[in-house]
Amino acid sequence: MKEESATPERKSASAKQPPEDHRLRMVNRTMQLYRNQSHALIETLHAVQESFGYLEEGVLKHVAGTLRVPLSRVYAVATFYHSFTLKPPGEHTCVICMGTACYIGGSGAILGDIKEKVGIGSGETTPDGKVSLLVARCLGSCGLAPAGVFDGEVAGKLSPDNVIDKIGRWR
Amino acid sequence: MSHHPKGKLRTDLNPSRLLTFKIDDRDVSAREDESILEVARQNGIAIPTLCHLDGLSERGACRLCIVEVRGVAKLLPSCVTFPRQDMEVITNSERVVNYRKKILELLFTERNHVCSVCVSNGHCELQNLSVELGVTHVRYNYLYPEHAVDASHSRFSVDHNRCVLCLRCVRVCDEIEGAHTWDIMGRGITSKVITDLNQPWGTAETCTGCGKCVQVCPTGALSEKGKSVAEMIKRRQFLPYLQMMRGRQEESWQK
Repeated sequence: MKEESATPERKSASAKQPPEDHRLRMVNRTMQLYRNQSHALIETLHAVQESFGYLEEGVLKHVAGTLRVPLSRVYAVATFYHSFTLKPPGEHTCVICMGTACYIGGSGAILGDIKEKVGIGSGETTPDGKVSLLVARCLGSCGLAPAGVFDGEVAGKLSPDNVIDKIGRWR
Repeated sequence: MSHHPKGKLRTDLNPSRLLTFKIDDRDVSAREDESILEVARQNGIAIPTLCHLDGLSERGACRLCIVEVRGVAKLLPSCVTFPRQDMEVITNSERVVNYRKKILELLFTERNHVCSVCVSNGHCELQNLSVELGVTHVRYNYLYPEHAVDASHSRFSVDHNRCVLCLRCVRVCDEIEGAHTWDIMGRGITSKVITDLNQPWGTAETCTGCGKCVQVCPTGALSEKGKSVAEMIKRRQFLPYLQMMRGRQEESWQK
C-alpha cells in the first residue's frame, strides 16, 4: 500500500519541475557519476552542451552550486575551451575550416565574405536565428581544401560565392 | 627545469635542505623551498616583478622576473624557479634586460594605458617599472582594444583598459577573502577578468565588497570610486597579516 501511494506522489513532484527537466537529467547523472566532486566540471559542461546545445546561464548556476565550484570559475572554464558555446545555436550551422591547407586555399576570404554579406563572424548567429557560423581548426579533409561543413555535410573546394549561395538557401 | 619541492612534506624529522648557489657571482645560501626571487631579495639583489605580491601564491604570469641560469637555454621566471646546488643565476644580463623591456612594451600595446588620465598615475607599478627599466617608447603597434568601464559596484570600479592580467585580484579574492568572485575568461589576447558569470560587478552575488582586489591591483584597473587622476594610492599592509591570521600559506586558488 505504502509503495503504491508513494509512486503518484513522486510523479506529481517531477511534474512540477520546469519542462526542460528531461534535458537536465543527463547533466545531473554526469555529476552523480563523479559524486558531485568539483573536478567533474568539464565533463559536466560537456553534458550540458550536449543536451542543451549551449551553456545556459541558469544551468551554469545549477552546476556551480552542485559541484561547489565558484561561478566565475565555471564561466572561466566555459569560455576557455572552444567546445563550449554560451549562445543558443542557429537552425543551421556552417563550419569553415581554418586549418593550414584550407587557409592557404582561401578560407580567410570566405570568412571575410560571410562577414560582409551575411553579417556574422566566427561563433555568431544571424539575428533571425537561422544560421550560425563556426570555425574549425582542421576537419582532416585537407585534400578538399578549402573545406566546410554545412549542417553535418562536408563540402570541399569551396569558393566565397558558393558558400554565400549555400547559406542563402537556408534563409 | 623548475622543480617544486613545496610538494614534498618537510617535517622536523625530514627538514628542508640548505643549499648554496650563485646569484650574479655572489655566493648565497637558501632553503630548497625558497624561490630564486625570494633568495635574491633577501640578499638585496633587485629583480623587477609585476604579478608577484608578498602574501599571495605565485603565478609566474608576467615574466618580468626572468633570469638567466648558466647551462639552461631558456630564461626562467625566478618567482617559480627553485634553486639547486651550485646553480649560477644571472639577473641583469643584457639579454634579460632586453626581454624585460619587450615584455613591458607588449603590455602597453595590449590595452589602453593612458597614464595622464589614470587614477593611479604616479602610484602605478607598471609605470614605475617602465621608469626603472628605461622604457621610453614602444616599438610595436598599439592594439587599441575596445574595453568598457564597469562602475556598477557602489564603491569600486573596474577599467579593463588598464588591466595587465596579473591576476592578483583573482588570487587575493580566493586565497585571502575566500570568495572567488574574480576569475579570468577566454584565452590569449581576448582574456579578461570577470566577476561571477561575466556580469556587472555590482550584481555579483558572491562579492563581499571587501575591496582587497582594489588594493592589490598594480595599475589603475581597479580603483575606489570618487578618486580623480593620480589620487588612487593603494594600501596593502593588511596582506601579510591576513595571510598569517588565516593560515593558508600553502594553499593556492588553483586547487
